[in-house]
Amino acid sequence: MDDLLSEFLTETSESLSTLDVELVKLEQNPNDPDILSNIFRLVHTIKGTCGFLGLPRLEAVAHAGENVLGKIRDGELVVTPPAVTLVLESIDTIKYLLSELEQNETEPDGNDADLIARLNHFADTGTIMGADAAPAVDSSAPPEPVVTDEDALQALFDSTEVDPEVDEAPAQPEPPAPAAAPPAAAKSQAVAPAKAAKAQAPKAEAPRGEAKESSVAAQTIRVNVELLENLMTLVSELVLTRNQLLQMVRGKDDSEFTVPLQRLSHITTDLQEGVMKTRMQPIGNAWAKLPRIVRDLALEMNKKIDLQMIGADTELDRQVLELIKDPLTHMVRNSADHGLEDIQGRRDAAKTETGTVTLNAYHEGGHIIIEITDDGRGLNLERIKAKAITNGLATESELESMGDQQIQQFIFKAGFSTAEKVTSVSGRGVGMDVVRTNIEKIGGTVELKSVEGRGSTFIIKIPLTLAIVSALIVESGGERFAIPQISVLELVRASSNSDHSIERIHDTPVLRLRNRLLPLVTLKKILGLDEGETTAEDVDEEAFIVVAQVGTYSFGIIVDRVFDTEEIVVKPVAPILRDLSLFSGNTILGDGSVIMILDPNGIATRTGEITVGGSQGVEGKAKSDSGDRETTSMLVFRAGGSEVRAVPLALVARLEEIDVENIEYSNGRPLVQYRGKLMPLVFIDGGYQMKAEGRQPTLVFQDRERTMGLVVDEIVDIVDDVLNVELTSDQDGLVGSAVIDGKATDLIDAGYYLELAFSDWFGHEDTGGEKKRVLLIDDSPFFRNLLTPILSVSGFRVIAVENADQALELKSRGEMFDAIVSDIEMPGMNGFEFAESLQNDAEWGETPIIALSSHTSEEDFERGRQVGFSDYVAKFDRDALVSTLIQTLSAV
Amino acid sequence: MSDNKALVPSREQNTGLDLGGATKDFVTAYIGKQLFGLPVLTVQDVLGPQRITRIPLAPPEVAGSLNLRGRIVTAIDVRKRLGLREKENSEPGMSIVVDQGGELYSLIVDQVGEVLSVPNNAFEQNPATLDPRWREFSDGIFRLDKKLLVILDVTRLLDFTASVKQAG
Repeated sequence: MDDLLSEFLTETSESLSTLDVELVKLEQNPNDPDILSNIFRLVHTIKGTCGFLGLPRLEAVAHAGENVLGKIRDGELVVTPPAVTLVLESIDTIKYLLSELEQNETEPDGNDADLIARLNHFADTGTIMGADAAPAVDSSAPPEPVVTDEDALQALFDSTEVDPEVDEAPAQPEPPAPAAAPPAAAKSQAVAPAKAAKAQAPKAEAPRGEAKESSVAAQTIRVNVELLENLMTLVSELVLTRNQLLQMVRGKDDSEFTVPLQRLSHITTDLQEGVMKTRMQPIGNAWAKLPRIVRDLALEMNKKIDLQMIGADTELDRQVLELIKDPLTHMVRNSADHGLEDIQGRRDAAKTETGTVTLNAYHEGGHIIIEITDDGRGLNLERIKAKAITNGLATESELESMGDQQIQQFIFKAGFSTAEKVTSVSGRGVGMDVVRTNIEKIGGTVELKSVEGRGSTFIIKIPLTLAIVSALIVESGGERFAIPQISVLELVRASSNSDHSIERIHDTPVLRLRNRLLPLVTLKKILGLDEGETTAEDVDEEAFIVVAQVGTYSFGIIVDRVFDTEEIVVKPVAPILRDLSLFSGNTILGDGSVIMILDPNGIATRTGEITVGGSQGVEGKAKSDSGDRETTSMLVFRAGGSEVRAVPLALVARLEEIDVENIEYSNGRPLVQYRGKLMPLVFIDGGYQMKAEGRQPTLVFQDRERTMGLVVDEIVDIVDDVLNVELTSDQDGLVGSAVIDGKATDLIDAGYYLELAFSDWFGHEDTGGEKKRVLLIDDSPFFRNLLTPILSVSGFRVIAVENADQALELKSRGEMFDAIVSDIEMPGMNGFEFAESLQNDAEWGETPIIALSSHTSEEDFERGRQVGFSDYVAKFDRDALVSTLIQTLSAV
Repeated sequence: MSDNKALVPSREQNTGLDLGGATKDFVTAYIGKQLFGLPVLTVQDVLGPQRITRIPLAPPEVAGSLNLRGRIVTAIDVRKRLGLREKENSEPGMSIVVDQGGELYSLIVDQVGEVLSVPNNAFEQNPATLDPRWREFSDGIFRLDKKLLVILDVTRLLDFTASVKQAG
């Protein structure tokens, strides 16, 4: 049976039993508003749920019943035994319908017009129609439901409303005085079947009485959550006691307790699992509201959003579930609102119109991982930087030295919203910091990965349950402490004669770990346990380092000794110790001693290293690699010869392996069927020979609907290197040669091959209308060759020149452009000077100029703005360039 | 200072010092030579020397925490709380466990004595000349035959925020 339905049945049969009791109480105390409103609420809930589940017959009865109750509640009607009987009758009908529903999963045929008519009649007039028949009528009695002519009923209503004075006495049992002939006739029609039903009533009654105890309801019981919590606490204590006992027996070889204790241990484990299970709920419960939220949002924001939910049946503790519900909702909203572009934005960025938000939940080693991914615009680093400066969170020079990931971490700061405007859904800046705090409160972590233009992924890692956590026990300064396993990455043993030794920068200990410097904190010192006797030497001699991670910041904690890991029950510390941020709680270990649980978060904050939540650690490497020089990701491959060739990775859509057998020929040109379309294949040169069989690696270039495959021999590597084209080439298909990863490498001209595959690749009209003319100024032939095809396929007519002088020459010839894209560093007149010279120019003064540079610091940006650049785009970011161009041009 | 109005009701509630009836029962304890009394109903347990886990960075009066039948109890060094010097001999002290707002605290004293029933008419207010720190924690004095019994106000003894405020 449908989960929803069975839940509804369980819940409703409970409500109905309550209703029976309450109604009888009401009869005795007709004026008790509490009872009345309780009854009203129950019926109302039933009605609401029926409507939601699409059970019209039930809903109609419940609605009519609710009407009557509503009038009674408002004091318009008086509670009398016949009135209660009438309402009870509707309850009985609901019960009957429910039992049918339980057996057949659908409502029985027929309707309850008679009952509803009488309920409505009572609601309207305060008199009971056919009261004498009422108790036994059970109008809905199966198997031949009463069918009533609607017109006749309507007439009946009319007639009764015509004679209100007759109906005055509220409790008066029977019917209005004889009215006009036609209504009376109608009435007899209506009553007659009811009377007929009466005869059947005794028969019908019996099975219904049995059906009362719903079997679905009997399979589940409702238990107070508090009781479960209590059980959980007790089990936790039991586990601890068991551990204690085990520890005591461990030392003794053959104790008479060993066997029974083993049994106790097993049972305790089973019991613990059992009780945990009672608290487990599928994470889908927390997601139930999301499709609706996303749908509404999509409408409001004019977006097309596809919400994918994977792993909805992943179970986790209900306490955890409750706590992550709001953060999750918030994050999905954020992704849909800020993350995804609107339809136009996505078109401009050459993406499919429909944006995707993916929720993915799965178990991983005692934790639940929830990923929230969108394929939207990603985080805008420049905007985050600007905002960080405005909010005084960091200075320009601090930002300068931060890695991208660190900068992204700013969104977890309080009051930080980069949304340009506050929408009804988000942008109020009370978001991510709260999300992070809430998740960290339950011992979880949030990570963020974002690529501008490609989308963002938030990864939430939370413990399965809060009650019992696994912790590493360490010793420092003669005291033991527990560190939650979730934040421990690894353990390193450092000593002066091993690979790992602690080094010092002006008394600050650091550790070289896999080519990066790990900041270290000495636990003894931050806990104030060193008592002045610490000497640098004894620490350095031999130490254990617990590498911990908080967000994306990792650091090492120096401890004296490392013991075992142990399952612990986290207990809050006494109120007088609450402000010690270094501890997240305390617990009792297997040996009965009390131990404090360290909070890696608190330690990280305490050491003052992180203001943003991400610091030296992980990002250090990327930073030192790139230095001042911009690197490009290059795909290195071999094709037709032993020499290596390369193409900027940004141009390659995908890497595929194509089975040679699948290659077909059309008009002498090789093609493969690829993703439901034909994809032409091109070779690196005319003499290229494909393999006779097997699979051939292929670089797929894509632009909108068109794809092209460049067949290669072997994909060698992806290399991040500073791109410096040293030799230019006149040969078709080659841009030139550069030293990549220490080897001379030919850079291929992707544009050439695109044209080879589709002679009209650059000529096709896709936007309709006249193409915008863009002037591209760049001294590097490589970039001209790289950018020209990119801009062309995006629908611009590109004229490329080498330097500012050539550009000015075009100007003097009276050429006009819709936009200018200019490099900054150029021999002769540089980009700033060029822009400045145009600022008050008669012809080109109005033309927007976009700066193209590897230097995108805030100062450069500022200078660029002063000299009249309308925007600033990082080199190598083709998506940003295209979207900026489109934005700029549409703004003009 | 000790007449802080806000604290008066809670004092009455917790110590039960309404002085109704003829006598009052107190658990007595020694710190040094001074006899102290705690209303008997506030006391949950009396413990011998316990293994106590130190809590780094905690206020100095917090001796640490200990395990009392599966519950974690915060141990308070009453000596330090009252501004007394460290004990000369290093004999481990005894503890009186009290419940404060659902949390258990163990008050470490030198020695726990018997339960005394003292007549209400032996009650005296704190002498005005009493050390302010003591006046803060004392609810009054009972005159016994040979000694004076200082009644400790558990609520205030454990209210670290208030004492910080008053100290500053």
